[in-house]
Amino acid sequence: MQHDEFNDNGRRDFLKNVAMATAVTAACGSLTCSCSSKKPTVAQKVKLLSPEGEIVEIDSAYLNHQEHMAIVSKLEAREGIAGKKFVMVVDLARCKNARKCISACQKWHYRPEETEWLTVKLLKDSDKGAPYWFPKQCFHCDNPPCVKVCPVDATFKRNDGLVLIDNERCIGCKFCMAACPYSTRVFNWNEPEMPADIRDLVSNPETNLPAKVGTVEKCDFCPDRAREGLLPPCVEACPNGVFYFGDENEDTVTNGEETVSFTQLIKDRAGYRFLEELGTKPRVYYLPPKDRQFPVERGYENLPDKLKDRFRDIMEPAAKK
Amino acid sequence: MELNSYQQQAFNHQRAEIEKFGKKNWFFVIFFLCWIAAGAYALYLQISKGHGVTGMRDNVVWGLFIVNFIFFIGLSYAGAIIAGVLHLLKVPWGRPIVRLAQMMTVISVVVGPVFILLCVGRFDRLHHLFFYPRIQSPMTWDVMAVITFFAGSVLFLYLALVKDLAVYRDAKLNIPKWKQRLYKFLAIGYRGAASQKRHLIISQNLLAIIMIPLSIIVASILSWIFGMTLRPGWHSTIFGPYFVLGALYSGCGVLIVAMWVYRKMYNLDAYITKKHFVNLGYIMMMLAAGYGYFTFSEYFTNWFGSAKWESEVIDKLFNPKEYGWWTLFANAAGILLPILIVAIPATRKISLITIAAFIMVMALWVKRYLIIVPTLETPALPMQDTRMEYVKYTATWPEWTLTIAGVATFLLFFTLMAKFVTVVPVSGLEDPHLQHNHQHEPEPAANQTVQPA
Repeated sequence: MQHDEFNDNGRRDFLKNVAMATAVTAACGSLTCSCSSKKPTVAQKVKLLSPEGEIVEIDSAYLNHQEHMAIVSKLEAREGIAGKKFVMVVDLARCKNARKCISACQKWHYRPEETEWLTVKLLKDSDKGAPYWFPKQCFHCDNPPCVKVCPVDATFKRNDGLVLIDNERCIGCKFCMAACPYSTRVFNWNEPEMPADIRDLVSNPETNLPAKVGTVEKCDFCPDRAREGLLPPCVEACPNGVFYFGDENEDTVTNGEETVSFTQLIKDRAGYRFLEELGTKPRVYYLPPKDRQFPVERGYENLPDKLKDRFRDIMEPAAKK
Repeated sequence: MELNSYQQQAFNHQRAEIEKFGKKNWFFVIFFLCWIAAGAYALYLQISKGHGVTGMRDNVVWGLFIVNFIFFIGLSYAGAIIAGVLHLLKVPWGRPIVRLAQMMTVISVVVGPVFILLCVGRFDRLHHLFFYPRIQSPMTWDVMAVITFFAGSVLFLYLALVKDLAVYRDAKLNIPKWKQRLYKFLAIGYRGAASQKRHLIISQNLLAIIMIPLSIIVASILSWIFGMTLRPGWHSTIFGPYFVLGALYSGCGVLIVAMWVYRKMYNLDAYITKKHFVNLGYIMMMLAAGYGYFTFSEYFTNWFGSAKWESEVIDKLFNPKEYGWWTLFANAAGILLPILIVAIPATRKISLITIAAFIMVMALWVKRYLIIVPTLETPALPMQDTRMEYVKYTATWPEWTLTIAGVATFLLFFTLMAKFVTVVPVSGLEDPHLQHNHQHEPEPAANQTVQPA
């Protein structure tokens, strides 16, 4: 497996630098990045409360904060990252249902096994059509039906295109879940289980942690990681580079291995948006499963029975009762 | 307060019911309270353990609770429209049943919203609805609508009660002091003076004029919680009027059943007569035809158009292995049965009309279930989930218990209210034997219609 050849740390650093390159591009206007390990000083100053009770101002680059600890205030988390317009491209020709994206997502967000923010569906558009694997996150629609119906402004659209949820505002009416045509949102029906240190974190829409019972949650495109120049875990974890994540304003998307022009990619590969006719204007684009790298069976054969059952209707229609 | 002989007779007939709280009443009250206690326990489980104790899951996010919400709120809107129309049109035969319609309005607008609150995952954050309201959300519209409607319906009932309260106050009833004081307080010093009469009738007329369009607006807003989403079976332009008609229709049925129950229990045969059943039966029949027409339009256009997503819902509704039999019941018992019973003179009897109304009300509850659940079970993307409870909705015992507790609360309030005010209002009553003459007289001035001597 191509994926296993990578040393995990090396891979992470490499990706970090690639992502940093993308970030620096915005500032420099060119792709002349030195992939140095030295921390660049960002002009952004952050106000902090010191243990002595004084307010100090520190360059954000020198902050060594803990993972999953929100960098921004709740108010800023509603604004979004200035100048960004996040976008994702999913290459259906490369997906073989390896499900690494799902486990990485679950792990990063401390989701139990059955609560998938990211799902891989097996779609078959027509009777004679060929089935294909269809990874689906939140589409972060530009005309989001979920945001329209939220009665308390708990789910909101940010300037950088993300649709996030404040799980301390959410009253759990589930109207957004009924309104989302893509079944993206999940509900904490029971008290969610989490490690103690995660449970103690201060809730922030950017981290979506800690999860709270009786509230709605969903894929958030990991804005906390984006602020650090990191790619979402699903993008990083995919062994086949299915997911391209990037910034529409910069017209750049990367799957961690190659960085390409967003418009060119969509143009060359006839990118489309799922259920465009609903008018929701998703920020996730799909590249049609043409010239596929893997036969669809590759994603089915080695699955455990429980997962196989999900797709049996399509893969083994004869076995259907 | 002065009453004419007919009114006095009606009051004396019902006097005992507001004076005494008999063993039978206690039995019913305790019976209802037991169910409410069971519901409270189910609610405790739901709050302490989370919504996992219900059958609702990520796909079917709403279940019995929202079905009950639509059902009760519908009764409420219907009561207001029926009472408003009977009042404004000065229908003489309508007088004895206006109170029942108004009681139904107030009680169901209290019980109904409890059910939508049961759908809410975080009771501790309900104040967010007022602290951080988002005006774009149909849910916010509904919060405003229900609160406005609640205020309006309480006022509407109260204004209609004032004259009767004055009667109770002056009647030297054999009742405890607190009750006497309460009547005195609530009667706000009404003595039947000309100016008081005028003010009362003007306020009542105005409120009736407000309540009718208000009911239509709030019923539409309720439908828009569903209609404003993009889901098949919900996203329909006729949903507003469809819900208005459905509400009116089921409310008419419940009113007929309530009339029958009180007629039997309180021996009101002389005041709630066959004429009431037949007349409301005619209204029910017309509403059934209208509702049937809407239902047909909805199913027929979706089926004929046969867009993929819509067809999936229609297929589920008409497939005997899924909801086919329920759809048959909802439409046969909910639309055809009342039409047949009322249309055929031989079956146009008090008992049969009541039975038809009762079955129709059940069928309309099922119809609401068929509006909510099959649509939620049909997302755009295939579910591909091995957890059966995520794929198909099955209500759990806490949901059923809370549903029964809701019905018990509805009946309990009815029982208690009927012990506080007379079911048939006495002050506005007209002797049906004199009505014939009245119809040929010129329309009396407003302040005279209150109390025909």
